Amino acid sequence: MNSIILQTATRVLVALILVFSVYMLLRGHNYPGGGFIAGLIAASAFALFAMAWGMEAAQSALRIPPGNLAVSGVALAGLSGLMAIFYGDGPFSGQWLTLIGAKEEDGIVISNVLFFDIGVYLTVLGAVLTLIFALEEAS
Amino acid sequence: MESAGDTESRNGDRKTPGKWISLLAPIPPALIALSLLYHLPDISAGREFSFGFTWVSELDVSFRFYIDGLSFLFALLISGIGFFITIYAAEYLRGNPLLRRFFLYLYLFMIGMLGLVLASDLITLFVFWEVTTVASYLLIGFNHASAVARRSALQALLVTALGGLCLLTAFLLLGEISGSYDLQALLTKGEQVRASSLYIPVLLLVLIGAFSKSAQLPFHFWLPNAMAAPTPVSAYLHSATMVKAGIYLLARLHPVLAHTEYWEWILTCTGIATAAVAAIAALRQTDLKLALAYTTVIALGTITMFLGSDASAAVAAAITFLLVHSFYKAALFMVVGIIDRQTGTRDLTKLHGLAKLLPLAFIAALASALSMAGFPPFLGFIGKELKYEGALAVASEPALVGTAAIFANAVTVTVAGMVAIKPFFGPPPVDISCIQRAPPGLWISPLVLSAFGLTFGLAPDLIGGGLVEPALTSILGLPETIDLKLWHGINVPLLMSIFTFVFGVFMYLKLKQLRSWLNWDFTHAPTNADVLWDKSLEYLKSFAALQTRILQNGIMRRYLTVIFVTLSLALSYALLHTGQFSLEFVWPNLNLKEWAAVLLTVGGTFTAGAASRPLVAICALGALGVGITLIYLFFGAPDVAITQILVETLYLVLIAAILPRLPVFSRSKKVRFRPRDAVLGGIVGLLITVSILVVLQTPFESPVSEFYKEAAVPEAHGRNIVNVILVDFRALDTFGEIIVVFTAAIAAVTLLGHQLRRGKQ
Amino acid sequence: MEGPLAVVVGILIATGVYLMLARDLLHYLFGLVLISNAANLAIFIAGRLTRASPPLIPEGQEAPQIVVANPLPQALILTAIVIGFGLLAFALALIAQVYRELGTLDVDRMRIAEPVRPKRKKSL
Repeated sequence: MNSIILQTATRVLVALILVFSVYMLLRGHNYPGGGFIAGLIAASAFALFAMAWGMEAAQSALRIPPGNLAVSGVALAGLSGLMAIFYGDGPFSGQWLTLIGAKEEDGIVISNVLFFDIGVYLTVLGAVLTLIFALEEAS
Repeated sequence: MESAGDTESRNGDRKTPGKWISLLAPIPPALIALSLLYHLPDISAGREFSFGFTWVSELDVSFRFYIDGLSFLFALLISGIGFFITIYAAEYLRGNPLLRRFFLYLYLFMIGMLGLVLASDLITLFVFWEVTTVASYLLIGFNHASAVARRSALQALLVTALGGLCLLTAFLLLGEISGSYDLQALLTKGEQVRASSLYIPVLLLVLIGAFSKSAQLPFHFWLPNAMAAPTPVSAYLHSATMVKAGIYLLARLHPVLAHTEYWEWILTCTGIATAAVAAIAALRQTDLKLALAYTTVIALGTITMFLGSDASAAVAAAITFLLVHSFYKAALFMVVGIIDRQTGTRDLTKLHGLAKLLPLAFIAALASALSMAGFPPFLGFIGKELKYEGALAVASEPALVGTAAIFANAVTVTVAGMVAIKPFFGPPPVDISCIQRAPPGLWISPLVLSAFGLTFGLAPDLIGGGLVEPALTSILGLPETIDLKLWHGINVPLLMSIFTFVFGVFMYLKLKQLRSWLNWDFTHAPTNADVLWDKSLEYLKSFAALQTRILQNGIMRRYLTVIFVTLSLALSYALLHTGQFSLEFVWPNLNLKEWAAVLLTVGGTFTAGAASRPLVAICALGALGVGITLIYLFFGAPDVAITQILVETLYLVLIAAILPRLPVFSRSKKVRFRPRDAVLGGIVGLLITVSILVVLQTPFESPVSEFYKEAAVPEAHGRNIVNVILVDFRALDTFGEIIVVFTAAIAAVTLLGHQLRRGKQ
Repeated sequence: MEGPLAVVVGILIATGVYLMLARDLLHYLFGLVLISNAANLAIFIAGRLTRASPPLIPEGQEAPQIVVANPLPQALILTAIVIGFGLLAFALALIAQVYRELGTLDVDRMRIAEPVRPKRKKSL
């Protein structure tokens, strides 16, 4: 597809969609969203890019091979799950750490659950892109 | 052996195992035997040992062992004879590159046997039973380059494994009846088991297991074939182990299953029939090893016959004879092995005059054969006297049992002559130069074992009180005393002995005539079990091929049809079985937008089903995806709706990417309507709908969902409950799921990448 | 409310089965899509439908004060959809590869592993 309108629009759109996917990822714990959805959104951004500019352009825009993305996602999710062991809990149980402030409500809260969700995000993104690229490349 | 060794040594630069292995190999069995002997006084005093741990507490299965008189006797035989076998085997197989493997198998077998006789839990016993089956397969097939050895090994494996399966069933039934798999507890519940309605099935299954292992009719054919094994293995399997496992089982379960007419008649008749068939077969053999193998079957038949009775004299005869048999049979097998190894043949008609060349082997053979023939003052004589005493004590059929015992013993005398006299006397062999003297490693074991036969014969008290009595006590449950002695005075057993001896010697002298008389061809007789075995295997194979042709016909649509038909049948059965459910029509209270979503879905589905062009179908799938997304959205599932619509989008992207490669635009083919498939699809769909409606009629309770709702904020600090479930409560599941997605991607890449690489070549 | 959706599931399944029994592998794939959608929908219905709010808790509250939809089936379906996507993408790759290798999408002509008439050996 060599549509100039599409190509021009895609440049802006892809950036916007990626930012939106991160937004969906981070708000996922409290509102609709989360790693699966955000990963799919990000993947569709690259799919759109690939449609407009071609596979090779999409791959070079991604910079990282999608397979590596998926591997690091699985690793991140696994590690964040195992982290709970160091706190004496069973694996994959949530651990919460308040960084600033005494109470949870007014501090910045960091948790392994967030990292787990990021792992899911990366895995879904990487796996879906791997599939799309592989199928496109083959044809 | 030699051929296997040659190929192996040619194949690799593997070093021939050194001398250390022949020095080290006998140590483990010796240690076991010595530690058992250390406890001999305790056992004689009637004490019992028990050790182990709980294995599967939920099923009440424990890995527990138990030593009483009976298991002590067997364990001592296994480790003691095992000690002599290892010495012998190390020399016999000297230079074989697979010697290490041989000892591995042998130890595995020994462990299996020890575990079997010591187990105090039925399941543990079964596990070790199977260990011996597998180990015997490996040992019999040790010369794996020989097709005969492989066939014999497989036959032994299949026959004994079949028995093993029956045995497992029997054990599970016994566990059901008595409420526990514990052997000691079971032994006290004989009355309960015998009164149970399951007694007959249990009895038959146990007997199939024991008979298959101990080569009783109709499973006797595997044992002579197992002679394909190296001689040390035969000596071990036949004297103290494998075949005695079935005997052990019969003796062990005697308190539980015996004392009924069924037990008595089945065991007595099977034992007599086995002994008779084996006796005739033994006389026909010219191969020394095979002749010995058949005398083992005779001996096993005799022991089985005696175990059928609950008279203490008969059981005493069985146990004593078992002990006696182990000594002389192991020794004789080893002697035959020496002859075979030094002269290169086991053919009776070719062997003569070896006495001067193999003097020590000759002494061992003579002593063992005299014991086997039941000649005083050897232990065999005591065994035989006891057998006759026992035969007369059998309540039901003393005459029949007595006659069988005389015949079996007479044949044994004849075979003893065949083994110990025929090869050693007569003119010296022609090619004397190529026969070497046997090294000490070969003759020491048979010599010591045959010396045991003489020592214990002269001083029977050495084994009488310490070994036999506790074993008898274990079987019969009452404290038993046994008086083993050589001279009982002139009585009926002695007269029977003399008659047996005369009869046996007569048969030995007339062996040639006897053989030609017996030599009408057995191999073509329909009753030949070995032929039947081959036939049945053949039928099994062709049946397998037939059913593969029918079921595995290679047409995927038929497989799918079978699957869907099975699904429909299972669903209908489940629905009919559930019974009451009422389907009443209520006009659904959907509002307009919900109707729109439903109609969109249904319309998309039908279009996809009827579309003749792929592009139409893909568009229809998109429409139906949107419809389902709307349904999710309208019924409170925004997360699912978002995911669904995204996946639909990506799916379209993928299909768009792949379509140019497929022959979808090239021809517009007319898709024919297939009424049969439509009917099947309709039935499956209808059944699924009805099933869902039935499920919906059950009262709804979801404590899990309620818990998630309550705990999401306090425990997981998240207000999107679905996401909290995914990343916190059920994070482990989610982790598994992303791995699945990841794997699918890797698999697809591998699949396509494989083709890419080939394309480049 | 659940009734018509159960019928929708039935229709999806029926059409899916019909398509899977076709000779064309692409039809088979479409059938698979329909059936996996049907399975998701069936789980959704089994958790009971409600027009109420999605399973979200308003800020500042410990637990939902009003009736909300059942979150458990939603979590199950969400992952199932993504996994279904992986499965279907893999199936697509497989189909592409099959066509490349065999030159046909007719399942009745894919007889490499199980040839039409296996030669019987006399002796096994």
